[in-house]
Amino acid sequence: MKWRTRATAALALVAGLALSACTGSPSSGDTVTLHIVGFAVPEAANKAIAAEWNKTEEGRNVRFETSYGASGDQSRAVVNGLKADYVHFSVTSDVTRLVDAGLVDESWDDGWNKGIVSSSIVVFAVRPGNPKNIRDWDDLIQPGIEIVTPNPASSGAARWNALAAWGQVVANGGTEEEATEYLTKLFANVVSLPGSGRDATTSFLSGTGDVLLAYENEVILATQNGEELDWVVPDTTILIENPGAVLKDAHPKATEWLNFVLGPVGQRQFALKGFRPIIDGVDLSGIEGVKDPNNPFPEVENLLTVEKDFESWEALSTKFFDDEDGIVVKVIAESGKAQ
Amino acid sequence: MSVAITAGPRPETDADPRPRSDSGAGYPMTRASGLGLGVAMLWFSLLVLIPLTAVIVTASEAGWSGFWRTITNEQTAAAIRLTVGTALLVTLVNVVMGTLIAWVLVRDRFFGQRVLEMLIDVPFALPTIVAGLVLLSLYGPKSPLGINVANTRPAVFLAFLFVTLPFVVRTVQPVLAELDREAEEAAASLGASRFTVFRRIILPSITPAIAAGAALSFARGVSEYGSLVLLSGNLPHKTEVTSVRILSSIENDNLEGAAAVATVLLVISLVVIVTVDILQRRLVRRG
Repeated sequence: MKWRTRATAALALVAGLALSACTGSPSSGDTVTLHIVGFAVPEAANKAIAAEWNKTEEGRNVRFETSYGASGDQSRAVVNGLKADYVHFSVTSDVTRLVDAGLVDESWDDGWNKGIVSSSIVVFAVRPGNPKNIRDWDDLIQPGIEIVTPNPASSGAARWNALAAWGQVVANGGTEEEATEYLTKLFANVVSLPGSGRDATTSFLSGTGDVLLAYENEVILATQNGEELDWVVPDTTILIENPGAVLKDAHPKATEWLNFVLGPVGQRQFALKGFRPIIDGVDLSGIEGVKDPNNPFPEVENLLTVEKDFESWEALSTKFFDDEDGIVVKVIAESGKAQ
Repeated sequence: MSVAITAGPRPETDADPRPRSDSGAGYPMTRASGLGLGVAMLWFSLLVLIPLTAVIVTASEAGWSGFWRTITNEQTAAAIRLTVGTALLVTLVNVVMGTLIAWVLVRDRFFGQRVLEMLIDVPFALPTIVAGLVLLSLYGPKSPLGINVANTRPAVFLAFLFVTLPFVVRTVQPVLAELDREAEEAAASLGASRFTVFRRIILPSITPAIAAGAALSFARGVSEYGSLVLLSGNLPHKTEVTSVRILSSIENDNLEGAAAVATVLLVISLVVIVTVDILQRRLVRRG
C-alpha cells in the first residue's frame, strides 16, 4: 500500500504545480504578456525586435509567448483556438483565413503598409562559383539543369516561387499560355519538392540539384550560418510580402508592438536577418552574409508584386492553386506523368 | 480532463473461488473488471474512436461524388498505390529480417549484443525528420558510401524500412526468449532436422508475434511522412506518398479531401491488418 500513497502524493504535487503554473504568471505586477504566432523564418528577427522593444518605455513590461511553425499550420491553429495577439505569416491568405473566422478585423490591411510587415525576393541559390552559369529564368529550363523548390502544393510559402516563374514570362511580354508552358518546362527539371522552404534549403545543401528557388533572406541566413552557397538575383523576380496582423481581441499593447515592428528599429532587425526593409531610411550597415555589405539589397530591374501583377491573393489562389483546376497544381501533376 | 481513478477497497478477486471456465469464454464480470473495461473503453474512445469517426464524418461531407473524385484523382491514386505497395514490400522484408534480428539477439551471444539491443529502438526514439536528414546524408548525393537514392522510389522504400525496423524485432524477441527449449531438444533427439524444428516447433509459437509486428509495421509505413520530407523529393507520380497529398489538401483548406484520402488509408490498413491476422491463425493451426 505504501507505494500507492506515495504515488497519490506525487500526482497531487504534479497537479498542484500545474495549477499554480496556470494561474501564477500573468497577475504579477502590471506585466503584459503578448502571444505571437508566426511562421518559422522570422523567429530570430522577432526575438531581436522584442529585445529592442523591451528596452523602450513602451515595451518595458511586456513579456512574449511565442509559437512558430509552418505558416498554414499556424494559421489553422489560431482558427482552432491557439491564443494569439499578433500573427506574422508567410502569405496573405493565411491572415485572410483569420478574417473569415472573425478573429482579425477586415480592415487589417487598410494601413499604409497594407498589412505587410516583412519582405524579401525570390532568388536562385546555386553551388559556389555558379558552375552551371545560371543567370536568368531561361537558364533554368535548359536540359540537364536540376531544380529544387519547396512544394507549392503543400507549402503556402513556396507559392512565391511558382508565381515568380509564371509572372516573369508575362511581365516580359509573354502570353499566359507561354507562361504556363514555361512553368511546365521548369517543373520538368525539378528533382525535389520538399515540404517547406527550410526543408528545400536543407535538401539543396545536402547536395541535391544545381539550383534552388529560394528566398533572399533564406540564402543570407544560410550564409550567416556558414553554409557554402552562392546566389543570383534574376532581372525579373517577385517581391515576397509577409503579412502581420493584430487580432480583434488582442491586448492594446499588441498594436504598439506592430507599430514598433514597422518602425526603423524593427525593420533594422529584419534587415540584419536578411529581410528587405519595407520602409526607407533603415540603417543597413553591418549586415552579415550578404554579397556586398555596402549594397546589401541590390535593386531588382523588374520587381513583380502581387498587387500589380496578380490582382490579389484571393484571385491568384483560385487561378493558380485550386486543388483541381489551379494552373500550378495542374502543371505539377503533369510534370510527374511526363517522364 | 479529470478522470479520478480512486483506489478504493478492491473486491477480493483473488480469494474468490470462481469456477474456471473450460470453454475459455472468460470470467464473469466483477466490479473491478467492469471498471477496468469502462476505463479502457473511455480511454480508447477519446483517443481513437471519436477522432476516427470525425475523420470519416468529415470525409462524407463532400458527398459520394466528391469523395470519389478526390480518391480517383490520378495524382492521389498514384500516391496511394506507391504508399501501400511500398509498405507491403517493407513489411515482407521486416518479417524476414526482423525475425532474424530477434533470433540473433535471443539465441546468440556476441560482442556488442547489448549495444545492438539498445540501438534497435533508435528508429522509435529519433524524430523522423532527423531520420530523414541522416538517411539523406548517408544515401543522398553526398553519400560517403557512394549510394545515392535521394528523390527516387528506393528512397521511399529505405525510409519506410528505417522507421518500421523495430516492430517485428520487438514483438518476436520476448516470445522467442520465453520459448521452451526442451521441446526443441526433444524434437532434435528424435531426429528432426534443424529446419524441421524451426518450422514445426519454433515458427508456430512465434507466428502470432510476427503477425502482430507485421501489422504494426505496415500501419506505420503507410502513415510515414517525416523521414520522407527531405529524402523522397515528393515528386508527383514518382515519389509522392499519401501523407503529402493529405497535407496538400489541408494547405488548400480542403479538409473533406484530406479526410477522404485518410479514410481510404484507414480502410486499406484495416483490411491488411485483418488479413494478416487471418493468415496468422491459419498458419498456427496448420503448424
